[in-house]
Amino acid sequence: MLTKRIIPCLDIAGGQTVKGVNFVNIRQAGDPVALGAAYAEQGADELCFLDITATIENRSTFAELVKQIALHVNIPFTVGGGIACEKDVEVLLSAGADKITVNSAAVKNPELINRLALNFGSQCVVLAIDTKFEENEWTVYVHGGRTPTGINTIKWAEEACQRGAGEILLTSMNHDGTKNGFALDITSALSEKLPIPIIASGGAGTCDLFVDVFTKGKADAALAASIFHFGEIPIPKLKQYLKEKKVAVRL
Amino acid sequence: MNIVIIKYNAGNIHSVKIALNRLGIEPVVSDDPDVIRTAEKVIFPGVGEASTAMEYLSKNNLTGVIRGLKQPFLGICLGLQLMCAYSEENNTTCLNVFDVQVRKFPPKDKVPHMGWNNITGLSGPLFNKIPDGSFVYFVHSFYAETGPETIATGNYILPFSAGLNKDNFYALQFHPEKSGKTGEQILRNFLAL
Repeated sequence: MLTKRIIPCLDIAGGQTVKGVNFVNIRQAGDPVALGAAYAEQGADELCFLDITATIENRSTFAELVKQIALHVNIPFTVGGGIACEKDVEVLLSAGADKITVNSAAVKNPELINRLALNFGSQCVVLAIDTKFEENEWTVYVHGGRTPTGINTIKWAEEACQRGAGEILLTSMNHDGTKNGFALDITSALSEKLPIPIIASGGAGTCDLFVDVFTKGKADAALAASIFHFGEIPIPKLKQYLKEKKVAVRL
Repeated sequence: MNIVIIKYNAGNIHSVKIALNRLGIEPVVSDDPDVIRTAEKVIFPGVGEASTAMEYLSKNNLTGVIRGLKQPFLGICLGLQLMCAYSEENNTTCLNVFDVQVRKFPPKDKVPHMGWNNITGLSGPLFNKIPDGSFVYFVHSFYAETGPETIATGNYILPFSAGLNKDNFYALQFHPEKSGKTGEQILRNFLAL
């Protein structure tokens, strides 16, 4: 049976893992290569590395890091942060990444999704959406959650899917960092509407909240950071709990 | 060990190369028929589209070379599908190593089949020390039907060939290079053939 995926996310700045809480404060949480290999060993299903301070001068540092990750991690991993063109993607895939995420650049230029899907295959194109619920509507934010676009989240996800995105990584800004649960309504709405996997992000806190996102939220995968980095929920314990609650997981 | 990865216009060749590096092996990546013919073992990976991949192989005179190989040969993902007789993906006539048809998953669930799923009915040396029901990582929208050459069965929407074997030719629909310790053991088993 196809299983639900647990994806630890490592935010990277200057080659180190950090985690933004509500996209603002930053706490240190270790060496990305060592952390990634440890998560793979523990039973993480995939890993995600986001270069949160992506700038042109940091590009080559990040690609070097991706090479090191690939040499030490034997499960699929996704990388993202500031990806704006085919060249960026080619560098990261050649370094050994399996998938890439695009976010702001795809909102600015949706045609980018078509080009990436055509050149590298939909299976490696993950569209990341930062979304916020306000005034009774889920809308898309860009630039690390700093800039509202006014674009309806469901419409954007549908368009991205038609253009060739292979997965959607959906982060609810209302829930991110709260540890009070994922955004179940928008996650299940997208999962039911779209023929591609939805990765839920933002709001992980307890094992029960993961059960909710897979059952009520109908997510295909759930992504979290600090609860894993600080050992609040060990991955083997989480997966055992999900199994007891009849959620299909790989053990 | 002289391992050659066949180079063609399909993604994911890097991942297989790096996975072999993790096992302490430095493979050669080549589309030169002489280099491929003289390899101890040949790996044929790939993620991509069937018809453009077959075009590339034909243009580079590799179809006959592949079919004529006698050393252990391992196709992965698109590699497996190209080793079948025919693929529904853009009506493509393939290498016909296996007398098997490749079809598109019916849209009864999300397609592609992406993520960790288990494999059963494992047979042959490729699955030494691999317990039945082990989890491996899949990403594919087309599947090979099951038949006498099936050595592992996957199940998503319907049962399909997760592994095929005929003589020296082996093929896997999933990605051993991304399937954790299980995948590493399968790659080691192949290297030991």
